[in-house]
Amino acid sequence: MTSYIDVKNLSKNFEAINAVKEISLQVEQGEVLGFLGPNGAGKSTTMKMITGYLTPSSGAISIAGINILQDPISAQRHIGYLPEGAPAYGEMTTYKYLDFIASIRRIPRKDKKDRINNIIDRINLNSVANRKIEDLSKGYKRRVGLAQAIIHDPNILIMDEPTDGLDPNQKHEIRSLIREMAPKKAIIISTHILEEVDAVCTSTAIIDMGQIIFTGTPRQLAALSRYHDALNIVVKIEDAEKTKKIIGEQSDDSKVEEIYSGNEIRITAPLKNRKPCSDVIQAALSREKIVPREYFFEKGRLDQVFRDLTSSAQDSIKETP
Amino acid sequence: MNQTIAVFKRELEAYFITPVAYVFIVIFLILNGLCTFYLGDFYERGQADLEPFFELHPWLYMLLIPAVSMRLWSEERRSGTIELLLTLPMSTTSAVIGKFLAAWAFCSVALMGTIPIWLSVNYLGEPDNTVIAAGYIGSLLMAGGFLSVGACISATTNNQVVAFTISFVVCFAFNLSGFPVVLDLFSSWTPQAVLEVISSFSFLSHFESIKKGVIDIRDIIFFGSLMTFWLYLNVVVVELKKGK
Ligand SMILES: Nc1ncnc2c1ncn2[C@@H]1O[C@H](COP(=O)(O)OP(=O)(O)OP(=O)(O)O)[C@@H](O)[C@H]1O
Ligand SMILES: [Mg+2]
Repeated sequence: MTSYIDVKNLSKNFEAINAVKEISLQVEQGEVLGFLGPNGAGKSTTMKMITGYLTPSSGAISIAGINILQDPISAQRHIGYLPEGAPAYGEMTTYKYLDFIASIRRIPRKDKKDRINNIIDRINLNSVANRKIEDLSKGYKRRVGLAQAIIHDPNILIMDEPTDGLDPNQKHEIRSLIREMAPKKAIIISTHILEEVDAVCTSTAIIDMGQIIFTGTPRQLAALSRYHDALNIVVKIEDAEKTKKIIGEQSDDSKVEEIYSGNEIRITAPLKNRKPCSDVIQAALSREKIVPREYFFEKGRLDQVFRDLTSSAQDSIKETP
Repeated sequence: MNQTIAVFKRELEAYFITPVAYVFIVIFLILNGLCTFYLGDFYERGQADLEPFFELHPWLYMLLIPAVSMRLWSEERRSGTIELLLTLPMSTTSAVIGKFLAAWAFCSVALMGTIPIWLSVNYLGEPDNTVIAAGYIGSLLMAGGFLSVGACISATTNNQVVAFTISFVVCFAFNLSGFPVVLDLFSSWTPQAVLEVISSFSFLSHFESIKKGVIDIRDIIFFGSLMTFWLYLNVVVVELKKGK
């Protein structure tokens, strides 16, 4: 079976800049790939090549088994694309804009109205259907972009920072929508927001300076954190010294993190060995009559892994096996 | 085909949505009226025809057509919608033709606004209306020629002002290339053959006979192949920019 999206050794050079270097990716039906990376990493450039907007300098892209370089139009029929910043024809109303897209996408005249109204309902665009897109708020503009991308119910959905700059409610709604569509499609989203990866993605690829430096599930990504499975404990400030001493014996000192807030301290410490060490700590705490306000094990911190992986890519790759 | 029509409709509506379109048409009509009736000695000539009116068009178009064509592609590049347009399942050729035809239709509407001038010569005298009709056809062809130049140039930049300026210069050159004064400049040092090629590109000389009422197939072929050439170049520019 061919993958919905199959990218091999993709590279793109802009004059002197090698924006993308030898990237390979596969996305199957039901998969939501979170494309992560710092600014200028090459996420948008990769997406632009996958959707046929930019011609790669080298490499191959297959969309539902079709080589997009040889037959762009057939490949593009399978794709819905939300470019970065959701560009749209501002002088058009939402309805007319969707109507234009539907015509270009050859949605038959008799189905067109239903299809547009359907999508307007689904994405909650009713209140702005007859307003000019340039007058809409950022959130609505983004939704119009999303509506445009899914109006033909594509197998493949590529979204460049779909929730960038939206308020938490809107973010939540768009994520729900993506999750809802996910089972039938192959989806790539790019994002800077790590919680988004947790919230919607089934797999992630981290790209830095044009190269993929990590691929795996969000869980595997979290596991790279040095705080993965770290003990997280909050105690009163009076107990801080004793607690630190108890934990220090079960942990590697250099990695213990302390955060003071008010009259409490939060200590985060990766333990040498989770279960036995935890038992020892709990026994010691109760001996000292210290009752922690919180006591749990972290899953790992995506933002910290992200920073470690991308700040100096070369070094941290060696560090993490 | 349907896609070309969709692009055409969208573009044409985009022209009329903005007040700029109406300003443009008003300027076009005022300039036409002024120049025809005053500069063109419309009354003094004592002839009932529209020759001074058509005489003007190459010069009017040189200035006004780049203003119509400048937004066709530059605006898409500036606003980022080009990314949308080029990732829709549609050939670049369809988009190029749809946009060009919309601009041409817009110019036709502006030109139709001059029909009262035609009516007034009929009221004032007894002009040869077939000559005038030929003049209109020629004027429209010439507008298409200028537009195809402007559309192609607009695809090279994301700045409408740059698109306007370059198109203006190129259109100016197309007009001038048939002018005796300009040809004299070349005649001393260029071979006759080159000179003929230069002058054969002149819009003026191809428009010359049409506006006198003689529709020569060679002139039609000239404008037709000129448009084809520039629109083809337009497609090439858009395609090449993808690989930049
Ligand atoms: N048209 C272009 N011409 C020249 N360089 C470009 C062009 N487009 C992108 N680049 C360069 O390619 C690199 C990758 O850019 P890209 O937009 O793909 O990054 P990104 O990962 O999407 O970043 P962001 O998170 O900020 O959106 C950057 O260094 C950028 O400056
Ligand atoms: Mg980007």
